[in-house]
Amino acid sequence: MSDSTTMDQAKQPIISVKHLKQYFDINDGFFKSRPLKAVDDISFDINEGETLGLVGESGCGKTTAGRSLLHLYKPTAGEIYYRGKLIKTKADIAEFRKKATMVFQDPYSSLDPRMTVADIIGEPLDVHHMYSSKEERREKILTLMEHVGLNSEHAARYAHEFSGGQRQRVGIARSLAVDPDFIVCDEPVSALDVSIQAQVINMFDELQNKMNLTYLFIAHDLLVVRHISDRIAVMYLGHMVELGKAEDVYSRPLHPYTRALISAVPVPDPKVAKANKRIALTGEIPSPLDAPSGCPFRTRCKYATEQCAAEVPEFKEVETGRFCACHRLAEITD
Amino acid sequence: MDDFIPATESEKEYMVQMRPSTTFFKDGVKRLSKNKVASISFFVIIFITLAAIFVPMFWPYGYEQMLGTTPGRPADSSFNNLHPMEYSSTELQLMEQGEKVFPHLFGTDSQGRDYFIRVVYGTRISLAVGFFASIIVLVIGIVVGSISGYAGGVVDIILMRIVDIIYSLPDMLMVILLASVLRQTLDAALVGTPLEKIGSNIISLFIVFALLYWVSMARLIRGQILSLREQEYVLAAQTAGAKGSWIVKKHLIPNCISVIVISTALQIPSAIFTESYLSFLGLGVNAPMPSLGSLASDALNGLSSYPYRLVIPAIVISLIVLSLNLFGDGLRDAFDPKLNG
Repeated sequence: MSDSTTMDQAKQPIISVKHLKQYFDINDGFFKSRPLKAVDDISFDINEGETLGLVGESGCGKTTAGRSLLHLYKPTAGEIYYRGKLIKTKADIAEFRKKATMVFQDPYSSLDPRMTVADIIGEPLDVHHMYSSKEERREKILTLMEHVGLNSEHAARYAHEFSGGQRQRVGIARSLAVDPDFIVCDEPVSALDVSIQAQVINMFDELQNKMNLTYLFIAHDLLVVRHISDRIAVMYLGHMVELGKAEDVYSRPLHPYTRALISAVPVPDPKVAKANKRIALTGEIPSPLDAPSGCPFRTRCKYATEQCAAEVPEFKEVETGRFCACHRLAEITD
Repeated sequence: MDDFIPATESEKEYMVQMRPSTTFFKDGVKRLSKNKVASISFFVIIFITLAAIFVPMFWPYGYEQMLGTTPGRPADSSFNNLHPMEYSSTELQLMEQGEKVFPHLFGTDSQGRDYFIRVVYGTRISLAVGFFASIIVLVIGIVVGSISGYAGGVVDIILMRIVDIIYSLPDMLMVILLASVLRQTLDAALVGTPLEKIGSNIISLFIVFALLYWVSMARLIRGQILSLREQEYVLAAQTAGAKGSWIVKKHLIPNCISVIVISTALQIPSAIFTESYLSFLGLGVNAPMPSLGSLASDALNGLSSYPYRLVIPAIVISLIVLSLNLFGDGLRDAFDPKLNG
C-alpha cells in the first residue's frame, strides 16, 4: 500500500455527521403538538481509530445524538455518512448495523432476563445469519466471551446471576459480535462501582487496540472521558458548543460553558483545588421544549449580549481542529 | 509459623461456589409445589382429565346406548330410570343365572342410558371445549395484542377501538344470538364434511369464543408489550438490526409468557362455564352427545324423583371450575409475584 492511500484513509473520517437534528413531538393537547428539540443541528466527524468523548449535563441530548447517529431514531434532518457513504435507505441502514453497534448504560435492563448469556451475545449473529453451523456459533460466542474476560462456564447462565461489571462485559461482548468498526458507548460505566469502572474502561482501551475500533464515548464523568478520549465534544441543550483535542479542551477551554464545566471537575489535591477558581453557573438548564432564542447558553452566560439573544452562534473552526460556537469568543479569550 | 501458607488447589476450589443455574421456570414450579391448595387442585384436574379420557375406553356401556333397546326385540322398559346401583329386572334374571352384570353406578336416565358414562362423556366434552376455546382465545389475543402493542400509532388505535366495541357489547346476549344464528348456517354448510360428526353446535361455540373472548387477552398482552418494548434490550436488538417480528417473538412474548399462561389457565374455567350455561339453555352440544350443562338441563324434568341427576353434573362442573380457578391463582402467585394483590 502506498503512502498516499494510507494518508487518504487516515483523512477520511469513519463517521461524518452533518447538521443532524432530532426533534420529538410532544402532545400538548388533543390535536396540538410541539417539537422537543433534543438534538438541534450538530455536525462533527469521527476519525478512524480514535475515541471521541461526548460530554454534557443530563438532558442535553448526548444519548439522543448517539442513538440517532445509529439511526435508532429517524433523524428529523441532517445526514450521517459512514466512510463517505450516505446512510439513507433501509438497505444502507441494515448494512450499517453490521459495522456500528452500541453499548448501553444500564447493564440491568439492556440484557433480556429470559435469555442465557450465550444467546444474548449470539443475538446479532443470529439476526445477521453470520454462522454456518451450531459449532461455529458456539465457537464465536466463546471467543467473544474470552475477549471481554468472561468464563466459558458463564455461557449457559442467565444475566441476573451476574454482577453489574460482568453484565456490562456481556453487553460489550454483544456489541462486538458482528465485528464492528464503530461503537457508540452510551455512558457504559456510569452505573458501575468506581473500581469496576476502571476495569471496564481499561478493557475498552485494550479492545480498541486489539480490534482497531472507533468509539463515540458518551459520559458525564469528565475524568473518565479525559482518560479515554482523544478528542472531546461538549454539548449543551441539544447544541454542540465546543470540540477539540482532549488535552486542549481540558487545559484551555474556550466556550464559557466548557470553562464552567472543567472548573467543576474535582481535583484530588486540596492545595490545587483551593487555588483553582470554580466558575459557578447560576440558574438551571432551560427546558428543550422552551429553548432560549439565539445562543442556547445565553441565559446562564455572564458574557451574554444582545447579539447572543438575536443570532445562533455558528459552530466554526477557531483553530486547527478546534471548534467552538460563541459570538464573543474573541473578546473573552485572554 | 505455619499461620500463613498458600491455599491448596482443593481449598481454592472450595471458595468458588457455583450455584446450579436455575431458570425462571424451575423457580416457579418450586414455588407452585409449595402451595398446597394449588397442588391439590392440580391433582384433581389431572384426575378428572385422565378419567374423562380413559374411562370410556373400558366402560361396558356407551353414552348413547339405550340398554333396553336391542334391534329386533321389543323395548325393555325395566332399564329406564334406574336408581344408583339398581339393576333392571332383566339384569336380575341374568344374575340369577350366574352371569356377571356391570353395575350402574349412577343409575340410568329416562331412556335407559347408563348415567355414569354420560357424566364422564359430558366432562370430556366440557373439558375439550374449555381447553380448545382457550387456545383459540390465546392465539387471537397474542396476535392482536402484540401487533397492537408493538406497532403502536394508528394500527394500535384502530385495533383497540375494535376491542372496545366488542367489549361494550353485552356478552351473554351476543353469545346466545351468535350461537343460534351460527348453528343454523353451519348445519347446512357442514353436511358431508368430516366436521359434521362433531356437530354444528360445538363449532359454533368455538366461533363464538373466538369472536368475543379474545378481547381481554389482547388488551392484557398489549399492555405488557407496551411496557416491555421500552426496555433497553429491545433497543439493543434493534441496534443489532432485528426486525419487529423477531423482537416480538424472541423478546417480548417470552417476557410476558407468565401472564399469558396464567390468564389462559383462568380462561379455561370461564369457557367451561359458558359452555355449560349454553348447553343448559339448549344451545350447546347436539343430542345424544351429552355435556355437563345439557345433563343438568335434562335432569330438570324429573327433578323431584331423581334429584341426583342434577346434583352429579353440578358437582362435577363446580369441581372442575373451582380447581382450575384455584390452580390458576396458584400459578399467578408462583410465576408473577407482581400481580399479587
